[in-house]
Amino acid sequence: MDGGIDVIEFRSVTKRFADGTVAVDGLDLVVESGKITVFVGPSGCGKTTSLRMINRMIEPTEGTITVDGRDVMAGHPADLRRGIGYVIQQAGLFPHKTIRDNIATVPLLLGWSKPKARARAEELMQTVGLGPEMAGRYPAQLSGGQQQRVGVARALAADPPVLLMDEPFSAVDPVVRESLQDELLRLQGELGKTIVFVTHDIDEAVKLGDKVAVFRTGGHLAQYAEPAELLARPADDFVDGFVGRDRGYRTLGFLSDEVPLGTITPVHVGESATGGWTLVVDEEDKPLGWVTGAGPVAEADVLPGGTLHPVASGSLRSALDAALSSPSGQGVAVDDEGRLAGSISADAVLAALAAAREAA
Amino acid sequence: MVWDWIPRNTALIWGALQVHVVLALIPVVAGLVLAVPLGWLASRNGAVRAVFIPAASVLYTIPSLAVFIVLPAILGTQILDPLNVVVALTIYTVALLVRSVADALAAVPALVVAAATAMGYKPGRRFVSVELPLAVPVLIAGLRVAAVSNISLVSVGALIGVGGLGQLFTEGYQRDFPTEIIVGIVLIVLLALVVDGLLVLAGRFITPWARVAA
Repeated sequence: MDGGIDVIEFRSVTKRFADGTVAVDGLDLVVESGKITVFVGPSGCGKTTSLRMINRMIEPTEGTITVDGRDVMAGHPADLRRGIGYVIQQAGLFPHKTIRDNIATVPLLLGWSKPKARARAEELMQTVGLGPEMAGRYPAQLSGGQQQRVGVARALAADPPVLLMDEPFSAVDPVVRESLQDELLRLQGELGKTIVFVTHDIDEAVKLGDKVAVFRTGGHLAQYAEPAELLARPADDFVDGFVGRDRGYRTLGFLSDEVPLGTITPVHVGESATGGWTLVVDEEDKPLGWVTGAGPVAEADVLPGGTLHPVASGSLRSALDAALSSPSGQGVAVDDEGRLAGSISADAVLAALAAAREAA
Repeated sequence: MVWDWIPRNTALIWGALQVHVVLALIPVVAGLVLAVPLGWLASRNGAVRAVFIPAASVLYTIPSLAVFIVLPAILGTQILDPLNVVVALTIYTVALLVRSVADALAAVPALVVAAATAMGYKPGRRFVSVELPLAVPVLIAGLRVAAVSNISLVSVGALIGVGGLGQLFTEGYQRDFPTEIIVGIVLIVLLALVVDGLLVLAGRFITPWARVAA
């Protein structure tokens, strides 16, 4: 990290298309280095146009954009683009090239030798979690999620400091999307790239962004803030409406957990419960579920429990969700190894929230 | 059918076959070389496309015999010059392939082209390494039609005295000797099947990626 040098800067940038449409109107924005900045907004808000002006896929009508101090309009666009990673919607892989050659694209354009470029490609396949057996396959032989990983690997191949991601996960199903998001956050933890990520999904924006820029129709920047700030204090009614109805609940995701844990006495399978709701754990004290009523506990009687709140990494949101989703009304907190750590009540979460508000 | 006519005339038959192959296939290669840039223009520019595609269709409807006879006047060649046939068939090939090339290039997914641009391909290299390879399956289909059509059209050249297997028709007809005509027909059909098969194989060989889909 280079201590907050402004890597990408938009200065009064306007984009007017030939038909007169103003896609971006007087945008001033500084994308911080080493962070994930998300551009989010409804369709037609100029978020994708803004992204594409960074690598000159679209050229601004007025204003300047600088990447690391250099005007993007200086020099040949191809040279600029080879220094900026790009992940496109639906991966956009080259169907006629193997996975290895897809990933090696930019190194080869930069004039690396074939063996070096291919070795780099195979190294990146490992980085993004693709098995080496896929190197010789074609994109059509991969699932959507795997293709998207190849897309990310291809963007990273020449180790560019800046990565542009244009709705990269919009075409995959929600489960795969979530795992790709987690993977991106893990990768970013290792790589510390300056990432600009475009999405229309506010949940994705809030999950991934260190900072979120909300665009409104007509190419205006409505608010540029950290996600917690955005949820807690939307700048206006547009942002309020866009971030969604349950923003109060989602704000809890940004408050670290200060909830005191209650004690809970669990039983093992085969032991006797004393009546009411009783938590059942396995030999390693990992929660299995709940039983009701008194008497010996058989494995077949165990009802599935709610979500588990990880004490070390959880937020007030995961704590509240654990309490609300538990059949007994008592949330279950676990430690790093998944062993029972204590119980959580919704009241305790609300009390912690009140304390956090007071402190803020 | 006089079977022993065949072994007695292998030199004649073999010579006619060779001329036929050359006259039919040089135009396929020349037509391809011309059709790629023209098709590229048509795929990039709607106005160009609106002129080229109908013009190509009209060209293809002109009877071959008429072209063979008119061309010497335009090219300044002798009426018997094989160049007339080569030029005429090249025109037909271009007429057939321009549309194939334009359609194939237009069918390259916009996202793939955008991705290539964003990776830092300059337009020329992008065309050679991304757009053209992706157009190959459609191009091969166009080439198969052009090659088979040329193989049949070369025989018409015999009417104006240009060699090839068509000579076996004209000669056999003049001498009222059906064996020679049948040999000509069979060889033309076989040649068309072999060339078509070779194009299919070549297409498979250079587009391994197209077979893994679906």
